[in-house]
Amino acid sequence: MSQLFYDAAPNATRVSPEREPDRQYPEKPEAVTLFGTCVVDLFFPEAGLDAIRLLEREGVRVYFPQEQSCCGQPAWTSGYRDEAKAVARAQLDILDRSGLPVVVPSGSCAGMFRHHYPALFADEPDTLKRVEALAERTFELTEFLLKVCRVQLADRGAPSKIALHTSCSARREMNTHLHARELLQQLEGVERIDHDHESECCGFGGTFSVRMPEVSGAMVKDKTRSLIDSGAVEMVTADGGCLMNINGSLEKQKKSFRGRHLASFLWERTNGANAGEVA
Amino acid sequence: MSQRIPVTELTPDFRGRAEEALADGQLRNNFRVAMDSLMTKRANAFPDADEREGLRELGNRIKAGALSRLPDLLEQLEQKLTENGVKVHWAETVEEANSLVHGIIEARKGSQVVKGKSMVSEEMEMNDYLAERGVECLESDMGEYIVQLDNEKPSHIIMPAIHKNARQVSKLFHDKLGEPETEDVNQLIQIGRRTLRRKFMEADVGVSGVNFAIAETGTLLLVENEGNGRMSTTAPPVHIAVTGIEKVVPNLRDVVPLVSLLTRSALGQPITTYVNLISGPRKPDELDGPEEVHLVLLDNGRTGAFADAQMRQTLNCIRCGACMNHCPVYTRVGGHTYGEVYPGPIGKIITPHMAGLDKVPDHPSASSLCGACGEVCPVKIPIPELLQRLRQENVKNPEQPQQVKGGGAKYSRTERWIWRGWQMLNTRPALYRSFLWAATRFRVLAPKKAGSWTENHSAPVPARRSLHDLAARHLDQNGGRPS
Ligand code: SF4
Repeated sequence: MSQLFYDAAPNATRVSPEREPDRQYPEKPEAVTLFGTCVVDLFFPEAGLDAIRLLEREGVRVYFPQEQSCCGQPAWTSGYRDEAKAVARAQLDILDRSGLPVVVPSGSCAGMFRHHYPALFADEPDTLKRVEALAERTFELTEFLLKVCRVQLADRGAPSKIALHTSCSARREMNTHLHARELLQQLEGVERIDHDHESECCGFGGTFSVRMPEVSGAMVKDKTRSLIDSGAVEMVTADGGCLMNINGSLEKQKKSFRGRHLASFLWERTNGANAGEVA
Repeated sequence: MSQRIPVTELTPDFRGRAEEALADGQLRNNFRVAMDSLMTKRANAFPDADEREGLRELGNRIKAGALSRLPDLLEQLEQKLTENGVKVHWAETVEEANSLVHGIIEARKGSQVVKGKSMVSEEMEMNDYLAERGVECLESDMGEYIVQLDNEKPSHIIMPAIHKNARQVSKLFHDKLGEPETEDVNQLIQIGRRTLRRKFMEADVGVSGVNFAIAETGTLLLVENEGNGRMSTTAPPVHIAVTGIEKVVPNLRDVVPLVSLLTRSALGQPITTYVNLISGPRKPDELDGPEEVHLVLLDNGRTGAFADAQMRQTLNCIRCGACMNHCPVYTRVGGHTYGEVYPGPIGKIITPHMAGLDKVPDHPSASSLCGACGEVCPVKIPIPELLQRLRQENVKNPEQPQQVKGGGAKYSRTERWIWRGWQMLNTRPALYRSFLWAATRFRVLAPKKAGSWTENHSAPVPARRSLHDLAARHLDQNGGRPS
C-alpha cells in the first residue's frame, strides 16, 4: 500500500537554512533613507522626528521620501499575499531610487524588509535580486545607531528606572533586544529593570488583536501588569505596534504608567533640552 | 468501563471556548505555573546555546532527509519488521486503523486492552471505537488515566492532565474510586498504580504508540517515564503499536540526537526513565514478551501535507510539546480550547491536513506570530511561516482549486475588498498623503469605538501632524531635500 505515497514529490523536502552568521556592518554612510512606518507616521510622528535628529547628530544626512507608506506587513500576516506584494513593490521602487541604506524605527517592519520580502518575491528572480539588496542595506534604528554609527551616548537626564519591551518578531529576526539594551547601558542615569515574562508577546500581532480580542486582551493585560509591577517609571520600546497596543490598553485601564518610543527617550536623555522631566 | 468520551466541549468555536477558558482563573493558573516550569526545565537542559542550535540543525536534517525518502523507508521498514516477525498494517483513514485494531483483538477473542500513551490512538478515538464494540480500553499512562476517568480529552500532548492540579485529581479519585482525599502527589500516583497493575496482568492486548520507527533494523522505539509503556508492550500476549507514517527514520544512529532533542525539549530530561526498543515478538527461547506484535501505520491526511514542499515540514514533528509550552496563547487558553486532538502551535499546523482547514478555520488566526514556537522547535519547523501560509489558504476563493484540504473557509468578498482598498491607499502616494492630511486634520473626529480594538484599548487618535509632514519641514530647514 505504500504506492499511496508515491504520488507526492519526494524531492520537495525543505531543509532549514544554516544559522545566519553574525551580521557584518558597513562603515557609517553619509546619508540614509528613513522609512517611517505607517504606525509611527500617524500615531508617533515625534518618534520618527527624534530618530532623524539622532541620526543627524551622528553626522548622517537623512532623506525621507514622501512617497513611502506602509511596508505591507498587515496584509502579509493576514494572508493577503497579492495585496501585500503590491504595497511591497511600491516601497521597493521608492527605496531603490536612491539605493541608500534604509533605517527603520520599528523592528518588525525592518524584519519585514529583511526576512519576508524575499519570501514575497521568491517567484520573481529579477525583483528578488533587488529585494535581497534591500534586505542587505536595511537596519533597525537601534541597530544602526549602535553597530553602524557606533554611537556613544552622553546621558544628561536625572536618574530613572525604565523597563524595555521588544517586539517578538523583531527580537527573533533582528536581535533588537540586544541592541536596545546596549544603548540603554550607555546612559549613566538609567537603570533598566527586568519585568516578569519580559520576552513574552504583548498580544499585538497586527490583525490578531482584532480577530482574537479575548486572547490578545488577556495577553496585553498580563504585559501591562508586569510592567507596572516591575517598579519602572516608564517603558521604552522600538516598535510602534507594541507601543500602540500597550499604551492603548493602559489608557483603557486608566493607569498612569505609559510607554514611549526609544528614539524619543534617547533623544530626550541626551539632548538635554527636556532633561530632568523623566524621573 | 464502557464509556463515551465527548469529543469537544459544547461551545462550537475557538473564540467562544477561549473566552470560557480565560475566565477560569484556576485553569489559567494551572497552565501558567506548569508551562513556566517546563520552559525553565527546557532552558536548563540546553545550557550551551551553540550545542543546542547545532543539535536542532542536525535534527532538522535527519527528519527532512527521512521525509525525502519516505516511500522507500516505509517499504524498508515493512520488510525488516516482517523479517522480525512483526505484522505490518497500513491504514489510510482512522476508520481503517480502528477496524484493523479491532480485528486483531477480535481474532484473539480479547475484551480488555491496556494502552500506553499514544497520540495517534487519540487521533483515532480508539477508546470510543473499541468501547462501542464491547472492548474495554484502559489508559495506563497516569495523565491519560486521569483524563479518561474524568471523561475528558488530553489537554497537552505530553502531559494529558496538565490542566488539573493535585487537588482536582484528588477529588476525582475520591469521587470515582472512593479513595480518601490527599494532595500528596506520590500517594495519588500510588492509587493509580494499584488499579493499573492488576489490569496489566489481566489484559488481552496492549496498545502503544511509537516515537521512532527505524527502517534499517525494523525496530520500534518508545520513550516513557512511568514504565507503563514497557508493561503495556510486554505483559499482554498481543502488542499493537499504532503510529503515523512520518515517524520512520533511516537507522539507529539517527535516533540518538532525535531522542536527546525530544526528551530535553519536552521535559528537560537528558533521557527518559525508560527507552524501549521493540524488535519483534517473543522468541522460542525467551521467557517473556508478547506472542504477537503488530504495527499499524496511519496516514490520516499526512500524505496531503507531504505533497506540499512547505507544508511537508509539518511532518518533521517529533511531538515534544515544546511549542505549546512556550506559546503565549496556549498558556492562557489551555489545550481544550483548540477542540482537536493536537492543541497548540503544532495542532494549528497539523490539524488542517487531518480534519480540513474548514474544520478549524480560526486556528491559523489564533496566533500573534510571535515566533516562540519556531524558536524552540527541536526539528526547526518554521511554525509561524506555516501559520502565515495557512492564513493565505484560508482566505482563498473557494471556487478555485485548493492546495490544502478545506481551504477557502474564511474567504470573504468584503474583506478582500477592504484589503484592495488598503492596497490602493498604500501604493498611491498622493492618496496616502491626503489620507494622512485628513486623519491628522480631523483627528478629533476619530471614532470612539473601533471594532474589537476598543474592547481592550482606548480609541486610537492620530497625531496632530504626520511624520510625512514633520519630516518635510525639518529636512527643509536643515537643507535636506527629500530624494
Ligand atoms: S512542532 Fe516542534 S516543538 Fe511542536 S511538538 Fe512538534 S517537534 Fe515539538
